[in-house]
Amino acid sequence: MSEIAIQAPTKEMTVTDDVMINMIGVHKWYGEFHVLKDINLTVHKGERIVICGPSGSGKSTMIRCINRLEEHQQGQIIVEGTELTGDLKHVEQIRKEVGMVFQHFNLFPHLSILDNLTLAPIWVRKMPKKEAEEVAMNLLERVKIPEQAKKYPGQLSGGQQQRVAIARSLCMNPKVMLFDEPTSALDPEMIKEVLDVMVELAEEGMTMMCVTHEMGFAKTVANRVIFMDEGQIIEENEPNEFFNNPQNDRTKLFLSQILSH
Amino acid sequence: MSDQKPTHKLGEHPDWAPPSITIGAVGWVRANMLSSPLNIFLTLLCGYLIYLSVPPVVQWAFLDADWFGTNRDDCSREGACWIYIGFWFKQIMYGRYPDTEVWRINFAYALLVVAAIPLFVPSFRWKGWLSVFLLIGYPIIAFYLFVGGSFGMEHVETPLWGGLFLTLVISVLGIVASLPIGIVLALGRRSDMPVVKAICIGFIEFWRGIPLITVLFMSSVMFPLFLPEGMHFDKLIRALIGVMLFSAAYMAEVVRGGLQAIPKGQTEAAEALGLSYWKTMNLVIMPQALKLVIPGIVNTFIGLFKDTTLVLIIGLFDLLGMIQLVGTNPDWLGFHIEGYVFAAFVFWCFCFSMSRYSQHLEKKLHTGH
Amino acid sequence: MAQGVSNSNRPAKPPIWNDPVYRALFFQFLVLGGVIALGAYLISNTLDNLARQGIASGFGFLDTTAGFSILMSLIDYSEENTYGRAFFVGLFNTLLVAGIGIFFATIFGFLVGVARLSSNWLLAKMATVYIETLRNIPLLLQIFFWYFGVLRNLPAPRDSAMVMESFFLNNRGLYSPRPVFEDGFALISWAFVAAIVIIIFMAKWAHKRQEKTGQQFHTVYASIGIIIGLPSIAAVIAGFPMSWNYPELTGFNFTGGIVVIPELVSLALALSLYTATFIAEIVRSGIMAVSHGQTEASYALGIKPGVTLRKVVIPQALRVIIPPLTSQYLNLTKNSSLAAAIAYPDLVLVFGGIVLNQTGQAIEVLSITMAVYLTISLLISAFMNWYNNKMALVER
Repeated sequence: MSEIAIQAPTKEMTVTDDVMINMIGVHKWYGEFHVLKDINLTVHKGERIVICGPSGSGKSTMIRCINRLEEHQQGQIIVEGTELTGDLKHVEQIRKEVGMVFQHFNLFPHLSILDNLTLAPIWVRKMPKKEAEEVAMNLLERVKIPEQAKKYPGQLSGGQQQRVAIARSLCMNPKVMLFDEPTSALDPEMIKEVLDVMVELAEEGMTMMCVTHEMGFAKTVANRVIFMDEGQIIEENEPNEFFNNPQNDRTKLFLSQILSH
Repeated sequence: MSDQKPTHKLGEHPDWAPPSITIGAVGWVRANMLSSPLNIFLTLLCGYLIYLSVPPVVQWAFLDADWFGTNRDDCSREGACWIYIGFWFKQIMYGRYPDTEVWRINFAYALLVVAAIPLFVPSFRWKGWLSVFLLIGYPIIAFYLFVGGSFGMEHVETPLWGGLFLTLVISVLGIVASLPIGIVLALGRRSDMPVVKAICIGFIEFWRGIPLITVLFMSSVMFPLFLPEGMHFDKLIRALIGVMLFSAAYMAEVVRGGLQAIPKGQTEAAEALGLSYWKTMNLVIMPQALKLVIPGIVNTFIGLFKDTTLVLIIGLFDLLGMIQLVGTNPDWLGFHIEGYVFAAFVFWCFCFSMSRYSQHLEKKLHTGH
Repeated sequence: MAQGVSNSNRPAKPPIWNDPVYRALFFQFLVLGGVIALGAYLISNTLDNLARQGIASGFGFLDTTAGFSILMSLIDYSEENTYGRAFFVGLFNTLLVAGIGIFFATIFGFLVGVARLSSNWLLAKMATVYIETLRNIPLLLQIFFWYFGVLRNLPAPRDSAMVMESFFLNNRGLYSPRPVFEDGFALISWAFVAAIVIIIFMAKWAHKRQEKTGQQFHTVYASIGIIIGLPSIAAVIAGFPMSWNYPELTGFNFTGGIVVIPELVSLALALSLYTATFIAEIVRSGIMAVSHGQTEASYALGIKPGVTLRKVVIPQALRVIIPPLTSQYLNLTKNSSLAAAIAYPDLVLVFGGIVLNQTGQAIEVLSITMAVYLTISLLISAFMNWYNNKMALVER
């Protein structure tokens, strides 16, 4: 554990000491390909972490390991005190508490928006239907599309679909939210409406890990930015330092490419 | 694991080999055959089924089989008697076609193969003309070769045709003739003219709604009634007409699928350039649609090729019909299984290779070449 | 303002021969005329031919005594019955073999389709080999193989293969025990009906309770318990009012029990094994059509694999599976007409074969036969259209 403490570089962060997610020496391979190399990362309650890096650097794989959509082969991942192992009970336990938003929304096309939202509360939280629908309507109001409740995903714009997807995760009242490039599949004019929802969520104190290239979002919201390349965490710092004074050459190169346009 | 001291600079972690248990033969077997108790059970069950079925079949078909000999006394009857197939090979391949004239069939096969090879050579430039030759010129040449009666060739009556030869004649002719009818029907079905559309839909749905066997019955008992007095068609020709109309309906649906896949913008662009309906179809839509439907045509052909066996019910002896016929020869009773296995093998080779070819074409289309 | 458009403001009319409307009308008129002329020509030829050959026409023959016997019949039938009744014998035999074929082909096809997607390499490969082998061999050849190659080569009744002294397989067919219902069996039937009613109510109740309180109820296990339990209790109360009539070897053949003739066995076997290969491919592509993201999203919400399958994967896969599946059912029904080749008395053999030969009324007989198949296929495509409209995903 002492090794982990050294890894956390920021001292002036206003976070409590509760550890939400703890990754210790995590390795993962796809066949012969070494995708994650010795990942050590601690996420505290209320922290908002933005992960960036070139494509294929293992960002998505890393956050997908946290709710075991991908399996790691070495090291430990502990979420809220429960270690992720092959034990299905643990996996279920963790997935209940960890919400995830995907690049391609992955709404269920055969269910109405309201049913998309209530499916998990009814079948996982064993919530009465009425109650689940109330929760769902509240959340739809929060993402500003309550009038779409009876429609189907195919009838909504990309931005609306992604907001529904966020609301769907929030229905489970998660303690952590994982975002896997939530705006990459959206048209430019729709990115803002999704980011607004995410900013609001951050202001309410949600613990978030977000893979994104939206540097504006990183600057305003994140309290830590992580840069990954070739399966490793190269640099992590609080946003101001990260953008104004990058330490590693690869970080500098990446930032110059991404900020030049 | 975590007490490994970092021996590398930040960000330069070397690639490690994955844990040995997840790779190589061991890892592969673990992941693909033994990953859970259920998986282990399934692997054992499959292994047992293979153990039960494969060795006896190999024993029968190869190890205990008799390969060389001239009559049934050379068969030990412990395994398969392939001498039976060898003995009747000519009948199974060519039916009762005269021995001295079989070269005509072989010549036609050879011509077809030689003419078709350039179609599969990507750099060959005259594919269009060659296709026209194969679709129009070749059938005429083949007709004169098979029927004879001119150019000093002996006339061979169609009742003598049989075996794999007849199977190929019916299926190839059926598919070639049904293509143009199918295209016309497909265009008709998509037309804006209600009368034309209704007639085409009625025609297509009628033939698709009835089994081929009733079509063949119809061709053998009803067609003669339709013809004026004194006009008479050969049984083979009647069956061919039935098969052709039947497969034209299926072909029409395949072509329609291809037409539907062409975006509306193509027609609009062609019309905007001032092309008439037929020019739009011939120059813009059809060339694209036909390329799309080649896999569908191959699949229709596979279906027709298998369905050709039904002609034995109206007394034409195709490959399967010939197998049935020689199976009733008093000198060679009791070799049904050998006959069926051989016929199955021949059909399988044709159908499997064609279906692989069509899958290959589909993949090529999907990747956009 | 609203003075109507004066004539001079309308687009000028083209000459009739260049007006697309008139061109279309003219062309359709031509096509219709051609079709009618062809039809009239064929009909007049046919009438001439019939008159010359002295063949009667009309459907009166249906009331004539048939005078031939039929190997197998689901309804009472003897030689004294009419051609009309023979028609129904054939029709029911067709429906029977199609029904059996559809039942087994569906079960087997689903199993093989799922097996082909299995993570177990051996199982997936075996499923592939099965599919690629049988679907590329003509169905008729397979029917012949089972009938002439296997079933007819089975031992004589005396040396039947037997299972538990009650099922016998020999070259005369498959013999199985027949249940004999005695007094008091009605109680069991009623218990069975009651069980079904209870299950329906229970499912409704469980659904309502879940909506209200969120508690889940294992309807499936409870249903299985009820459907087995209630009739069993009734059987105990009534004192087991049912016995089995076992097939027995008397002389050269078996008597008693239920006999399934080898023609039916081989036809049903070949139809189901052949069609199952196509169903397996449909099932496989249906499951594959549900994108991986759907299961991932469901898992990420914490929904268990079983519920994910039931609520997310299957509803989406079924939309893709059902339309081609019904067309396979239609194919199977049409293919059951191959019965004629091994003399299973289906519609085509009995009606299109024997009746046609005896009466010579080709047109009437074949029209009726085709009409039956056309009706079946129209019903199925009507169902398909209805289903597709109902299930179409709502898109923008």
